[in-house]
Amino acid sequence: MKALLAIWRRVRTSHAAMVSGGILVGIFVIAIVGPVVSPNDYLQTNFDKMLSPPGIAQLQIFGTDDLGRDLFVRSMLGVQVTIVIAIVASFVSLVIGVAYGAIAGYMGGRVDAIMMRFVDTLYALPFIFFVILLMVAFERNFLLIFVAIGAINWLDMARIVRGQTLSLREREFVQAARLTGVSTLRIIFRHIAPNLIGVVIVYVTLTIPQAILVESFLSFLGLGIQEPQTSLGALVDAGVNQTEGASWMLLIPAALLAIILLCFNFLGDAMRDVFDARDER
Amino acid sequence: MSLLQVDALTVRYGDVAAVNDLSFSIERGESVGLVGESGSGKTQTAMAILGLLPPTARTNGSIRLGGTELLGASEKNLNALRARKMAIVFQDPMQALNPFVRVGAQLGRILLQHKLADRKRAYAQVLEMLERVGLPDVERQYAAYPHQMSGGMRQRAMIASALITEPELLIADEPTTALDVTVQAQILELLAEIRRDTALLLITHDLGVVAGHCERMLVLEGGALVEQGTTQSVFAHPQHAHTSSLLAAAPRLDRADIPGGAPGDVVLQVENAAVTYAMQGREALHAVRGVDLTVRESETIAVVGESGSGKSSLVRAALGLVPMQAGRVALCGVHLQGLVEERPKATRRSVQLVFQDPAGSLNPQMRVAKIVAEPLRVHKPTLGELQRLESVTAMLEKVGLSAEYLDRYPHQLSGGQAQRVAIARALILKPKVLICDEAVAALDGTVREQILKLLRDAQTESGLSIIFISHDLSVVRAVSHRVMVMYMGATVELADNESLFGNAKHPYTRALLEAVPVPDPEHAGGKATLDGEIPSALNPPSGCAFHPRCPYAQEICSAEAPGERTVDGALVKCHFAGELLERR
Repeated sequence: MKALLAIWRRVRTSHAAMVSGGILVGIFVIAIVGPVVSPNDYLQTNFDKMLSPPGIAQLQIFGTDDLGRDLFVRSMLGVQVTIVIAIVASFVSLVIGVAYGAIAGYMGGRVDAIMMRFVDTLYALPFIFFVILLMVAFERNFLLIFVAIGAINWLDMARIVRGQTLSLREREFVQAARLTGVSTLRIIFRHIAPNLIGVVIVYVTLTIPQAILVESFLSFLGLGIQEPQTSLGALVDAGVNQTEGASWMLLIPAALLAIILLCFNFLGDAMRDVFDARDER
Repeated sequence: MSLLQVDALTVRYGDVAAVNDLSFSIERGESVGLVGESGSGKTQTAMAILGLLPPTARTNGSIRLGGTELLGASEKNLNALRARKMAIVFQDPMQALNPFVRVGAQLGRILLQHKLADRKRAYAQVLEMLERVGLPDVERQYAAYPHQMSGGMRQRAMIASALITEPELLIADEPTTALDVTVQAQILELLAEIRRDTALLLITHDLGVVAGHCERMLVLEGGALVEQGTTQSVFAHPQHAHTSSLLAAAPRLDRADIPGGAPGDVVLQVENAAVTYAMQGREALHAVRGVDLTVRESETIAVVGESGSGKSSLVRAALGLVPMQAGRVALCGVHLQGLVEERPKATRRSVQLVFQDPAGSLNPQMRVAKIVAEPLRVHKPTLGELQRLESVTAMLEKVGLSAEYLDRYPHQLSGGQAQRVAIARALILKPKVLICDEAVAALDGTVREQILKLLRDAQTESGLSIIFISHDLSVVRAVSHRVMVMYMGATVELADNESLFGNAKHPYTRALLEAVPVPDPEHAGGKATLDGEIPSALNPPSGCAFHPRCPYAQEICSAEAPGERTVDGALVKCHFAGELLERR
C-alpha cells in the first residue's frame, strides 16, 4: 500500500503521465458509462435515419451509420473491445515474455539455446496465415484474437528480456545472492525481474498500441470481431466505404483510435521515468 | 607572468558549488599536483580550464593561459588553444580514443586539423611521437586499433596524442588509476621524462604519485583550496587539518598494524585449483593453474598480483561462482564440490564475498533493509519480521550506519556507505570466511581506513578469516598476516607480512614493491623496474612465466618451470630464490 502511494506520488509529478492518463481514463469511463446511459442501442437498426450526421437529436452525437445504428454507442463499444484486447494481449505477452526471457537468460547454456530456438521457430510462422488458419479451424471467436495477438507479442518481449537478463546475471548483486543461497527462482523474480522494469515498461507501451493496431487490422480485413459486435478497426473499415457523404463514420473512430494510441505512447514514456528507482531523490 | 593563472574560480551547479573561490597559478615547465578526495572538485577544475564543463555549469572568476582569458572564450578560440597550448590525458584511454580509428590516424588527424603538418610530415611526426612514448614496433602500433593494445600501451598512445602538438600545459586527470602498479610506474616515469618544458597539472587521489612526480601541490577539499606549497614542505609540515588527515590515511609500505593473536585451525583449504575459460573458436584460457590456498581462523591472507594474474578467478572458483577444472576445496574439513548452487546450504553461509564496486553489488531496486535481511530470509526462515528487522538494525549499527539508512536505496548511499551495507550483508550470518575482492579499491583514503578498521574489528570480535584480494600493496601491508603473490595464474611467492615486505624473495614481488608510490618526497618509490606488461594468458611464455620481464632471467628460466622452494620460511617459485639478495 505504502509502495503504491509512493508510486502514485511520483506519477503525479509527471505532466505527460497525468494528462495522457487523464484522457485515457476519461475515454474509458465514457466508453463504459455511455452505452448504458444512452437511449440508443448498438443493435437497433433504423432505416429512417440512415447516415444521419452528428447532432443532438435523440442524443446521437456521433450520428448514425449506414444501417441507422447509433455511432456513439457503437464507437464506445469499439473502445471497450480495443481496451480489453490491448490490456489482455499485453498482459499475456508481459507475463509469458518476462518469465520466459528471464529464465532462458538466467539459466544460459543449453536451456537458453533450446528456449530461444523455439522462439525463433515461432517467429518463422507467418502471422496472418496463422490467424486465418485459426479462424478457419475454429469458429470465429473473440477469444481467438487474444490468443493470436498474445502468441505473437510475447516473442519480442522474451528476446528483449533475455538480452537484459544476460547482462544482469553477471552483475555483482546477483552473484552475492547466489553465494548467500537465494534460490534460483527467487533470484530471477526478486533480483533480475525488478531490474528489468525500465525495459519492460517501455516495451509494454509499445505492445499495447501494437496490439490495438493488430486487432484493428484484423477487423479491417474482416478477420477480427464479427458483426453485430464491433471494434474501432471494424468501424474504420465500415467508415472507409462511406468516406463520401458520411465522412464522420471514418473520422470519428479513426480519431478515437489515434488519440488512444498517442496517449498510451506518452503514458509509457512517462512511466519509464517514474518507475526507475534510481531517479528517486 | 605565470603560464596559467586561475583567480577566484567558482563552478556552480544550481545551488551546489563544485569549485569555490579557487585561485592558483602554474609556471612554465612546472609540475603541480592537484589532490583531494572524490567530490573535492579536482576534475571540475580541470574541465573549467579546458572549457569542457557541461552547459549546466555556471562559472565565475578568471582563468588565464599565457595572458588569454579562457572563461567565456568562444568555442573556436578554445579549440585552437586546446590543440596548441593545452592538452589532457584522461583516466581511461579506452574511452578517450576513438575505437573505430587506427591509433596512428587519430594522432595524424590532430596535426592535420590544426595545420601543424602536411600529410607526409604528419606520418613521420606521429611515428616519432609513438617512439618517444616508448611503444615497441611503432609501424605496427600506428596501424593498430585501440582495442588491440594493452591498457598501458593505450595510455602511452593517449600521452602521445596529448603531447604531439607540444602544448605548454598538460593536464593529466588520474592518468594511472586504471593501471597496474608496475605499469603506473612506467607511465609516470614516461610523463616526467618526455614532457620537456611542458607544464604538468597532475590530478590524483594518490599522495604517493604526487610525492614522486610533482614539485608543488595543491590540496582541495569541498571545492576549495585548503593548502598549497612545495611538495616537500606540505608533506613535512602540513598546515591544514584536512591535509594532515589525507596524509595519515595514505597507506604506506613501512607501517603494518595488524591485530595480533595466533591464527587457529585451518578453515578454508584450496588445493591445486585450476580454472579454465573456454574461448569461442580459440584455445582455452588458463586463468588459474594449480594454486593452493589455506586460511586459518582469525587470519587475514592477502592475494596480490596485477590484473590478469588470476586472483579473482581463484576465489570465485573456490566459492563456486565459476566452475573449477581441477583441484579441491574444503571448508572446515568438509569437501565442497561443484558450483555454489550444488553445495549444501549450511556451507554457503560460512563463506561470503565483498565486491570491489559497492554500488554494483547491491540490487538497485531493493532498500537497504531488504538487502541486509535477505541472507536471514534464506537461512533463518523461521525468524519473524520483527526479529529480522532487529537483527538488521543491530548489524547496520555494527558497521556504523544508523537506522535511518534502512529505507534508503543503494543510489542514495555514498561509496563508503554502500560498502558498509555490503559488509553488513556479508557478516549478518556470521560467516567463517570473508573474501574481500578489491573491497577498498574504489574508496577514498579516509573511508578506506574506516572500512579496514571495520574488518579488523570484525576479525578480533569473531575470529573471522579474511581473504583479501588486492592489487594495492600498501593496503595489503596494513591488513594481512600472510601474503600470496600471483603471476599468470600461479603462486610465485607466499610469505608472512614482515618477511615479504622486508625481504621479498621473488623478483616479481620485488618489482611490485619498488613500483609502489610512497607518500614521502624523500624516498618516493614508484620505480619502474619492470618492462612491458603481463603477457596474454592465451599464449603464456615457456618455462617460468615471468622470465620475459625478469631482470635476473637466465637460460634455465625460459627452459624449465621453477619448482616450489622454501627460503627462510617463505614459499618461492624461482630458480634463484635464495641467491637474489647477494646479486643486488
